Amino acid sequence: MDAFVALANGMAVAIQPMNMLYALIGVLLGTAVGVLPGIGPALTVALLLPVTYKLDPGGSLIMFAGIYYGGMYGGSTTAILINTPGESASMATALEGNKMAKAGRGGPALATAAIGSFVAGTIATIGLAFLAPWLVDFAVHFGPEDYFALMCVAFVTVSATFGSSPIRGLTSLFIGLTLGLVGIDKLTGQPRLAFGIPELLDGVEVTTLAVGLFAVGEALYVVSRRHHSEEKLEPVRGSLWMTKEDWQRSWKPWLRGTMFGFPIGALPAGGAEIPTFLSYSTEKRLSKHPEEFGKGAIEGVAGPEAANNASAAGTLVPLLTLGLPTSATAAMMLAGFQQYGLNPGPLLFAERPDLVWGLIASLFIANVMLLVLNLPLVGLWVKLLAIPQPWLYAGILVFATTGTIAAKPSVVELSMLAGFGVMGFLMRRFDFPIAPVVVGLILGPIAESQLRRAMSISLGDPMALLQSPMSATLLGIALIALVAPFVMQGLGRFKANED
Amino acid sequence: MSDLPQGAAERRIDSAGVVIALALAGLAAVLVWDASQLQSNNPYGMGPHVMPVVIAVGLGILAIGNLVEALRGNLPARESADAKAVWLILGGLALLIAIIGLGGGFIPATTALFVATATAFGRRAILADLAIGFVMTTLIYVAFSRLLTLSLPAGPLERLF
Repeated sequence: MDAFVALANGMAVAIQPMNMLYALIGVLLGTAVGVLPGIGPALTVALLLPVTYKLDPGGSLIMFAGIYYGGMYGGSTTAILINTPGESASMATALEGNKMAKAGRGGPALATAAIGSFVAGTIATIGLAFLAPWLVDFAVHFGPEDYFALMCVAFVTVSATFGSSPIRGLTSLFIGLTLGLVGIDKLTGQPRLAFGIPELLDGVEVTTLAVGLFAVGEALYVVSRRHHSEEKLEPVRGSLWMTKEDWQRSWKPWLRGTMFGFPIGALPAGGAEIPTFLSYSTEKRLSKHPEEFGKGAIEGVAGPEAANNASAAGTLVPLLTLGLPTSATAAMMLAGFQQYGLNPGPLLFAERPDLVWGLIASLFIANVMLLVLNLPLVGLWVKLLAIPQPWLYAGILVFATTGTIAAKPSVVELSMLAGFGVMGFLMRRFDFPIAPVVVGLILGPIAESQLRRAMSISLGDPMALLQSPMSATLLGIALIALVAPFVMQGLGRFKANED
Repeated sequence: MSDLPQGAAERRIDSAGVVIALALAGLAAVLVWDASQLQSNNPYGMGPHVMPVVIAVGLGILAIGNLVEALRGNLPARESADAKAVWLILGGLALLIAIIGLGGGFIPATTALFVATATAFGRRAILADLAIGFVMTTLIYVAFSRLLTLSLPAGPLERLF
């Protein structure tokens, strides 16, 4: 099997001491930011991009992946102990986990989350290792029109299909696509949307957008509703370890959660929320103790946490094999690749197998590190939650602006950062999703260049998009995914009227 | 009583939603205007103006969609906001931009932001926060310039290092 050989070679790269160190830094940082409310893995990668561009690409990418996995582990700790899920993917965990913590079973809740994340992360990474070469063989035959169609699918699924409102999701996406237009057009050298400002000719920096939306926007949003939310930290009481019964009730939800999380993450279907909620409702239905749900059922923590981590690994499948990011963190990782002039896709597997397989192999190592770090050190991570809010957010904003100042210390760039911060605040206030903006900015220019390549091959005939069976199918899927939520919303409204 | 025509089920027009819809329509107009400034002498294939126009059409449709949602009052409910705190952080950011722009250097600029943010979050110890912010940003400055060899803007204070 090719995958075994490739993975073994990758493991040889991953266990080099420097790469192990990068993985360790990554998982430590990732867990810390996952635990801290207000910063997530996408923001952390964004903050580190300007700092790491002088470092070794392989090591930096291993670190970014460690941050991604670590953020998922850390997020569950916050969800369980203070019931404020850092990201929507931890919402299901907070439902049962916080109840368990209140009932003095915080230890087993954290344990089942950590072990479940490990099981799911490991299985899903194996899935990634075997699915990736197969998908790469398939993707080698993709023409530019197929890539364009694939990106259309990603655009629609990320923004419209699974969000709370397709109109607001698509609005976010189109704002991102608009920002992606800014700068010099690569084919004709003409400036678009630059309004004569020289700093805009290079386009909008992904890091400035992400830091503005995630860090500044989040700080403004949290401060604006300071008087509404009261966070209460549940101390971890009792034993950390799971009883025999806990194990018996946990292992099936772990596996089922993985089965939900990995495929949904791997298909460009966007977001970890769907699999976590699917897992939660499935466990509730299958449980022998349905009466415990809502009062702290361990299955309701084990399943969604596994689904959450499996989908994070699944997201790496389209990212590495097709260059297609389907979450904000994946989009930031793509920006990380681009920073080193690397473009994920079939070509990267052929040209830099050491880098790609080293990255995949390091995910196994990161998972083991996270399991070892999380269970015994949970007390230490919990201490991070005791940082007073004023200093926490003041510190976050100082680090956030430092990244931008280090990359481009100009008044224009910093004003853009503040502007994106205001935008992020307003988007949170009016419930527009953030991730589609980032995905639109980073994927929009790639989609346009693929489309224009396809058009110049076909001498400007747009029917070329439908003549390739692959791209015709994908565009059909995109259309269905776009229309479906509107139709289903209509059905839902119809039903509501009937009641 | 005339503004409550059909009982409580009637939802009110959301004026913020109308503003969002207008802003999207305005953005679409800017895109079309900007695209009209581009030259397209590309006989085969697709010129640089096509994508902006396509995106502008999308934004136009979404402006209508957002307008419909706003008129139906379908926007999510919002809690009252602490506007003073938001403006305090924005003021801190403005101060940071001004200090950097005028060549005041990294440490005073980020210290100002630190104090403004901490105050916005309810701290009332400006002197103590000034000291904490100053120490923290000085450490960051030294770490960046010495360990990462990345240069941050230097003012009179930073030149002492």
